[in-house]
Amino acid sequence: MSGTFIGMPKFPAAAREALGNSQQRRNLRHATHTIRAKRARVVGELDDWEELRRTGAAIKDHVLSHLDRYLAELEESLTRAGATVHWASDADEANRIITSLVRDAGTEEVVKVKSMATQEIGLNEALEEAGIRAWETDLAELIVQLGHDRPSHILVPAIHRNRAEIREIFLSEMGRVGTPPPAGLTSEPHELAEAARVHLREKFLRATVAVSGANFAVAETGTLVVVESEGNGRMCLTLPETLISVVGIEKVVPRLEDLEVFLQLLPRSSTGERMNPYTSTWSGVTPGDGPQQVHVVLLDNGRTDALADRVGRQALRCIRCSACLNVCPVYERVGGHAYGSVYPGPIGAILNPQLRGTTSAVDRSLPYASSLCGACGDVCPVGIEIPELLVHLRTRVVDEQRGGIPSGEELAMKGAAWMFADHRRWEKAQQAAELGGRALGRKERLGRLPGPLSAWSDARDAPTPPAESFRSWWKRERGSR
Amino acid sequence: MVRPQNEATTSLPGHGLRVALFATCFNDTMWPETPKAVVTVLERLGATVEFPLEQTCCGQMFTNTGYAREALPLVERFADVFSEYDAVVAPSGSCVGSVRHQHATVARGCGRADLADRATAMAGKVYELSELLVDVLGVTDVGATFPHRVTYHPTCHSLRMLRVADKPLRLLREVRGIDLVDLPEAEECCGFGGTFAMKNADTSVAMGSDKARHVRETQAEVLVAGDNSCLAHIGGLLTRQRAGVRVLHLAEVLACTESDVATDAAREVTA
Repeated sequence: MSGTFIGMPKFPAAAREALGNSQQRRNLRHATHTIRAKRARVVGELDDWEELRRTGAAIKDHVLSHLDRYLAELEESLTRAGATVHWASDADEANRIITSLVRDAGTEEVVKVKSMATQEIGLNEALEEAGIRAWETDLAELIVQLGHDRPSHILVPAIHRNRAEIREIFLSEMGRVGTPPPAGLTSEPHELAEAARVHLREKFLRATVAVSGANFAVAETGTLVVVESEGNGRMCLTLPETLISVVGIEKVVPRLEDLEVFLQLLPRSSTGERMNPYTSTWSGVTPGDGPQQVHVVLLDNGRTDALADRVGRQALRCIRCSACLNVCPVYERVGGHAYGSVYPGPIGAILNPQLRGTTSAVDRSLPYASSLCGACGDVCPVGIEIPELLVHLRTRVVDEQRGGIPSGEELAMKGAAWMFADHRRWEKAQQAAELGGRALGRKERLGRLPGPLSAWSDARDAPTPPAESFRSWWKRERGSR
Repeated sequence: MVRPQNEATTSLPGHGLRVALFATCFNDTMWPETPKAVVTVLERLGATVEFPLEQTCCGQMFTNTGYAREALPLVERFADVFSEYDAVVAPSGSCVGSVRHQHATVARGCGRADLADRATAMAGKVYELSELLVDVLGVTDVGATFPHRVTYHPTCHSLRMLRVADKPLRLLREVRGIDLVDLPEAEECCGFGGTFAMKNADTSVAMGSDKARHVRETQAEVLVAGDNSCLAHIGGLLTRQRAGVRVLHLAEVLACTESDVATDAAREVTA
């Protein structure tokens, strides 16, 4: 399996393959149900959860509607605090900036804090092309990297792996890139964690440059925030001489006190914890303490396109908690890879077509990768109306395809709409169904259906139409209305 | 149609209520017994039911597949046909969800602010069956008898769009003779999802087979829900498995009385 998502097939094809992976199905079911229950428990403890959600949404909406102002304020605060601010309009520009910063620091390796923004821009691959090794230090990201795999979850990117598989990966791969695991490594979690700890320590102590993302960027003070569980982030953020942080422009919050809301919403929604173990904050450079070269790359990469969509822009409220993945019945069965992006699940289905556009088959298929069951919208800590956005993006996909040679689906939809536009036409169609129903007689269920309808009947029986519709019955029994 | 009234009918909870039945295109054509059952239950409770013949479809399939432009005339037709009524009832959580939560959005998205206002006014008057019975008529005992082992699947749109909560279960608990058992992981989607069932058939079936497994775990003979579309999906899987479980709309359980029970047993065909 390659490390990138380029050239992915559309969702239904990728999903079909993933559904056949019984090991992954079991791993995902176990993991999503465990974290789902934990989240429900800690969210249930708070009487003001709904108020927190509304406040979180309101802060994000306020920022998004005054983004120009807050970004300018953030740049000013960061610069004042001794950081250097860079602006990147897309992935290529961000990767060029970071590559040259690493070269300027005179090193050929960096340690990394888990970061969705750097995954999104494909930083590791870009650095590798430039001859720079990027070491992931989050345990799950390390597993994915060592396994030459792709992340399948925002928070727990190796969710599709179980501990026996992780042991195999460590034994075969760790020694090739650094300290090997001890002989006789078992699949006990504490042994696996210890092997990773020893492997990573060497890299922490040697690295002179770290790359991070940020969960939040405070405009007022120029403070960046990283929320994590393992302490690897704290190592990266404090030990190296140079720190480069890649921050999506939607991550800005106005004031330090806004964190009070988000530091409650995020851990409870993501790991199902009241508080995460490590919250690191830093404001530019502190002389003699921590990194003395601090760079912040503010990343657009499609975000202003999303912002231009009055309905779709609420997806930019996302704080990457992944609660929507953990409750999604589609994600639970299919896993993350089928979404063809580092952002899988319901949030990926609304974010990717907005950030990347709808030019690829996979991005056009993503808004349809949902049964619209609504579980995602109910758990979103910032109240993103994910089902509504999915429908909105489906409309965009359909409207963009209009005007060309109509697809079979478009013709069928137009034909059905014409029929429903007049109840007399609809009655005629019903009468045809009644004829069919009478012809089928007592047969209650149909086994095989022809053509595209076989998508239904391959696994499901289909009902036969009755000999008399409700409308016919009503007219016969009751006359007019 | 006005029915003759006497003292017995004036004391009924539905007395004086004139309600329009929106059968929904799917039920009208494929499951006529369901809207018939709605008529039976509401008239038993003293309400006057009308069926405006100009009705067709709420447009949900078009809206949810991305064809808002095709849905727009149906949004307008719905407002035209039903605006004269104070109450509209439909035996479908998802069609009511579409009317209540999507019609105004579709109209606005197509630049029809006037229609969006009409759709918003309409939204407050359209009820899913359990809402009309519990919230408007104030009843949970509708005089039904159904001596079978039953499990209930709360459909997603009734649960998470309409927030009907336990209203259908409160109605079922009052049914005489019923052996009502909890469905494990009841609130998880069955995988139907409208055109999702066709566009993502593999995932849809994977979700549905888990739902069917949970239904079988209850050892119920009847699976009840408020949406025949979801039931067609789960039922299609159950009969393909020869599971010996039949599916039935909530309305049909509520319509069933003691006198129906004897004939019902003779008529029913199990898978």
